Amino acid sequence: MTDMTAPPAAITQPSRLSRAIAALRRLPLAVELASAWLLAMFVIAALAHVLAPYEISEIDLMSRLVPPGSPGHWLGTDELGRDVLSRLLVSIRSSLLIAALATILSATIGTVLGFLAAQRRGVFEHAILMFVDFQAALPFIIMALAVSAFVGASVPVLVGLMAFYGWERYARLARGLALSAMGKGYAGAVMQLGASPMRVFMRHILPNVSATLVVTMTLSFSEVILAESGLSFLGLGVQLPDSSLGNMIGFGRDYLTTAPWIMLAPAAVITLTSLSVSILGDWLRDRLDPSVS
Amino acid sequence: MMSFALTRLLRAFATLMLVITFAFSILRLSGDPAIAVLGPMAPAAALNAFREAWGLTEPFWVQYSKYVLSIFAGDFGDSMRDGLPALPLVLERVPATLSLTIPSLILTLTIGIPAGIVAALHRNSLLDRTVILAAVAGFTVPSFVVGLVLVLIFSVTLGVLPSGGQGSWLHGVLPIITMSTVSIGLVARYSRSAMLEVLNAPYIRAASAKGLKWRDVIRLHALPNAILPLLTIIGLMVGSLIAGSVVVESIFSWPGMGRLLIISVAARDLAVVQCILILITVLMVCANLTVDLLQAWLDPKSRNKAHA
Repeated sequence: MTDMTAPPAAITQPSRLSRAIAALRRLPLAVELASAWLLAMFVIAALAHVLAPYEISEIDLMSRLVPPGSPGHWLGTDELGRDVLSRLLVSIRSSLLIAALATILSATIGTVLGFLAAQRRGVFEHAILMFVDFQAALPFIIMALAVSAFVGASVPVLVGLMAFYGWERYARLARGLALSAMGKGYAGAVMQLGASPMRVFMRHILPNVSATLVVTMTLSFSEVILAESGLSFLGLGVQLPDSSLGNMIGFGRDYLTTAPWIMLAPAAVITLTSLSVSILGDWLRDRLDPSVS
Repeated sequence: MMSFALTRLLRAFATLMLVITFAFSILRLSGDPAIAVLGPMAPAAALNAFREAWGLTEPFWVQYSKYVLSIFAGDFGDSMRDGLPALPLVLERVPATLSLTIPSLILTLTIGIPAGIVAALHRNSLLDRTVILAAVAGFTVPSFVVGLVLVLIFSVTLGVLPSGGQGSWLHGVLPIITMSTVSIGLVARYSRSAMLEVLNAPYIRAASAKGLKWRDVIRLHALPNAILPLLTIIGLMVGSLIAGSVVVESIFSWPGMGRLLIISVAARDLAVVQCILILITVLMVCANLTVDLLQAWLDPKSRNKAHA
């Protein structure tokens, strides 16, 4: 760019970096704030045990129910003198981990079944559609409660259950997208060239429908966070001495009158996180895929 | 229309059978109910008597067919806790749950639909943005947080409303508000997008091009077409309100079906749990079926989308 004969800077193609910066500047404020919050949550989730000033089960009966803002306990302590901030950080980690795992699992299960239904057709497709109907007819929380009544509540059970949260949505979507993609020229062309069905779906159809799937995953991630915290709040899922955002609220509820901070801190985190994911998901949808409603 | 109705009816029945099978299999495959109820220390004679009484010694398929037959006969077994039949035990809780869900449904529809439609009519205005923000906030705040914060404000701090239990109509105020918050947000957002879709349709442009007053375009052409897709969401609302009632009844100690479910899950009272499970499915299947048939009747186009 030292050449004096070069056209003025305004006309030159901006570099990739400056374009990225310009794109970032154009982001709506809400999307910026939401991304910043989510980034902070993921950093906290990764470093929870390093950042937490105390062990989460460290009991200090001398300083029970200390209000927030006290030296050493920024967010106060609970009924056993455990540090609320430390428990909050570790809870963010477990809740986000479960939600992320569940979203990936249910998206995979749903997409694979949806693709299989689109490819096999016939009885197989009807069987999958019947299971989709079944899932859609039974509210998730009711099914989760029933299963945990029979097999007991624990983290593996919770993750296993959450892996089925919303799979029917992906299955429906993937089937519909695959059916319309198969009617298009490119899928027919690679099939004519002798590609196996596996190859057609994984290498050709999946990349073409992934934008829609990613948007759906983002939007359902916030629902997964809410569903997990709801189940933990009701006493299923994460059990003591481990901690998740929902069960912190569940236990904090007993101290609503004397120590509302135990419940308010995790409540604020859940709300802001699921709000941020929703804002980001809506924005992504508008940018990537206007067809998803 | 007849064949459409018949297909839907068959699918509804298949769904119901699937749920019954689901209830049966988790009931039987989750270990020995005799040990689960009586405890591992129970004497062998008591365990055997229990297995005999519950038909647990018979072959699997005999148990299954007996189970299905008894469900259709309305016999869901006896509560393992107090030995009373499960069905009446559950049914006597239904009115309490309905006294929360019906007002919530009415509140949701009367606030959510107009808010969404008004927002769509003033697209991108300050009003529209406010409605969207409120709607998104409504369904991203967990209902138990809404409930507990309402208790903190109105019961603990101000002391104007009771924090739980069932008594005067005042007891219902906080639970109903809590239950409606989520669904109002969902309905408002859904109605907004349904209305926007209609407003972008060519027939709206045609109606306004032929010189019809904008108000009449909305009233005669846009609204009737936007209401149709909203029918679907009423079916969805039934499910979300039932799911919501579990959490809300547990927060406000409301003696409904949702709270009974939580108590029975904690006590592993399997007869009551499966009874609630199946009743809720019947309700959901009926609601979805009604909505589908109503929609097919009102909108012939949707009959072809039966398998979409």
